[in-house]
Amino acid sequence: MENDQDKVLNEVTSGEYKYGFVTEIETDVIPKGLSEDIVRLISAKKEEPEWMLEFRLKAFRHWQTMKMPAWANLKIPEIPYQDIIFYAAPKQKPAPGSLSEVDPELLKTFDKLGIPLGEQKRLTGVAVDAVMDSISVKTTFRETLAEMGIIFCSFSEAVREHPSLVQKYLASVVPYTDNFFATLNSAVFSDGSFCYIPKGVRCPMELSTYFRINASNTGQFERTLLIADEEAYVSYLEGCTAPMRDEHQLHAAVVEIIAERGAEVKYSTVQNWYPGDKEGRGGIFNFVTKRGICKGDDSKISWTQVETGSAITWKYPSCILRGNNSTGEFYSVAVTNNYQQADTGTKMIHIGKNTKSTIVSKGISAGFGQNSYRGLVKVMGKAEGARNFSQCDSLLLGDKCGAHTFPYIEVDNPTAIVEHEATTSRIGEDQIFYCNQRGISTEDAIGLIVNGYAREVINKLPMEFAVEAQKLLQISLEGSVG
Amino acid sequence: MNSDFLLQIKELKASIDNKEILKGLNLEVRPGEIHAIMGPNGSGKSTLANVLTGRDIATVTHGSVSFEGKDLLEMSPEERAREGIFLSFQYPIEIPGVSMVNFMKTAINEQRKHRGLEPLSASEFLRQMREKKELVEIDSALTNRSVNEGFSGGEKKKNEIFQMAMLEPRLALLDETDSGLDIDALRIVANGVNKTRRPGTSVIVITHYQRLLDYIVPDYVHVLYDGRIVRSGGPELALKLEERGYDWIRKKADVSEETWTTDRK
Ligand SMILES: Nc1ncnc2c1ncn2[C@@H]1O[C@H](COP(=O)(O)OP(=O)(O)OP(=O)(O)O)[C@@H](O)[C@H]1O
Ligand SMILES: [Mg+2]
Repeated sequence: MENDQDKVLNEVTSGEYKYGFVTEIETDVIPKGLSEDIVRLISAKKEEPEWMLEFRLKAFRHWQTMKMPAWANLKIPEIPYQDIIFYAAPKQKPAPGSLSEVDPELLKTFDKLGIPLGEQKRLTGVAVDAVMDSISVKTTFRETLAEMGIIFCSFSEAVREHPSLVQKYLASVVPYTDNFFATLNSAVFSDGSFCYIPKGVRCPMELSTYFRINASNTGQFERTLLIADEEAYVSYLEGCTAPMRDEHQLHAAVVEIIAERGAEVKYSTVQNWYPGDKEGRGGIFNFVTKRGICKGDDSKISWTQVETGSAITWKYPSCILRGNNSTGEFYSVAVTNNYQQADTGTKMIHIGKNTKSTIVSKGISAGFGQNSYRGLVKVMGKAEGARNFSQCDSLLLGDKCGAHTFPYIEVDNPTAIVEHEATTSRIGEDQIFYCNQRGISTEDAIGLIVNGYAREVINKLPMEFAVEAQKLLQISLEGSVG
Repeated sequence: MNSDFLLQIKELKASIDNKEILKGLNLEVRPGEIHAIMGPNGSGKSTLANVLTGRDIATVTHGSVSFEGKDLLEMSPEERAREGIFLSFQYPIEIPGVSMVNFMKTAINEQRKHRGLEPLSASEFLRQMREKKELVEIDSALTNRSVNEGFSGGEKKKNEIFQMAMLEPRLALLDETDSGLDIDALRIVANGVNKTRRPGTSVIVITHYQRLLDYIVPDYVHVLYDGRIVRSGGPELALKLEERGYDWIRKKADVSEETWTTDRK
């Protein structure tokens, strides 16, 4: 029996990463390592205004005083910052206006990833900003969106073309001093997406950014800024993949969301960075700071994430519920297989009256994977009538993996209602056999069980991506049984 | 191999943790026949069901099993199911989060794929669900839930027969399907088995009691004792066992070293 279990576990781990190819393209890289000169060089490459450079330098100087945080339930090898290349860009004319100016190799790459950028082929109802290594390659549907006053472009363009908006909101939710990785990002971030939805506008299509790491020995540091003005609505999705490489690669992103009065932002992530091989070699280190503020009354921010990739994931998409009656949501599925580690969760900070938050976290561990949920629910003194409901479930496949839950609850208002539920379950051999006996293969049985388990979260994804996410869950667990 | 037989078990030996549980078992089942297997607790009845369905708790050390002329022991559990072997579990397992509908649809379509058939259309599938639900008088409230989740013991057994009705197997193994059923449910479930049987479908009924055999009338009754079939007969053997228990068989079996083979009618 032991042997069989091992056999099946082995099969899982051989589930292949389908996005591991490398694009052969000429790349403009800067010297490796990190210094003030490098920060200046990145800023110069991007032809940035003085205020942007100043921001970077402040962040860099602060970062030099900081230490890598050690509180997460993760084993993180030392990161050799002086060996990392902090800027790499596929060589092409800056900001291609028409597709014919985009390198065909890049178009092919995104085609292969299922993100066609061509006019005829592109996804209907989804506007895409495609980012490769340090720069944005192409943003689709820009003109259509512009007619409604919606700004959707790369971060670099926003700095050039909408400096007042960027200056007003940049670092207003995640200050440059926030934490080690956010500070690093503030110093060296290269590109990302910028989005502004004007007052009263419901964005008619999904906005989406697709991040691709291609170059080797580089880190990716993108920055996303999303602003929904009063009574505006937007649904935003990000996806990410990277080639299979033996060395670890660093990814440290910052996402900031601002929801003004009555605005609603739905932010969905399908994170599928290269997870490393089954011995734990290679894979992306994913250190991400994501935070949104419900600034105005009656606003809402909803995070949905499906995390299947990365060797290490460190990520806590959070909501600051400042407006009265504002709502924060966090729906998460995180898979760790082989030697993957994830420490992920959320923070819900209730400041305004009658603020509501919901947390649904579904961890799935297989192989030697370690999966931690870390969540903070904080109710401030003035948050009369605040409510939180948290549900944290763990599913284990096999007996060599681990699931951990670290809930922190701080309540300073006696009228608040905070509920926390947690469960741990295991996919049993007997459940798998029951399915087998009805003609269902082990892979499909795991798929059925895992998708059933994660349904509540998957259902929160935009329709177009729910099916993909479902498949991804199954692939990332291929073969694993306990 | 004799093609007259749907299932042919020869000198089957199987062990669990190096302890021999099945000790040279012979059994032959023709298409359409009903065989009852009775025997004391721990004699190896469920182990036989496990071996036939490919559950790896027991290891086969000797003997052969052919199903429709094919080597059954070579096949994976799901292949055996797709070839038409169905087990009504003694202890059906709960699978939270997986809806009965999704489960059944996946199972049926896997089996159809195996036979080179197209997946069932949604409407045809739902029609069959409705029809088979009526047959075993199972409540829609149950089939709308997750597989066996929160079902009572009797409801789980009913659900097994519902699945059998949906999957229309060639050989059904019913492992104590009567245990946990009340008198009405017993009748409904047993009649369900009879009604869903296609001509040529064979059934092996594992039971401790005559009550199930009143409805599902066996062609043969076998006594499994200490890993061997030590006695075979017609339906009257079950009545005799009910009356006299296993003691008289125990005495006989203990004095005899050789295996008692199936004496066929
Ligand atoms: N998983 C297991 N591990 C160890 N021993 C087992 C296991 N399963 C069965 N056995 C042993 O094998 C023997 C036969 O068990 P089996 O379940 O086949 O009996 P049974 O005839 O079905 O009994 P019952 O009438 O009680 O259902 C018993 O001695 C039992 O303890
Ligand atoms: Mg038994």
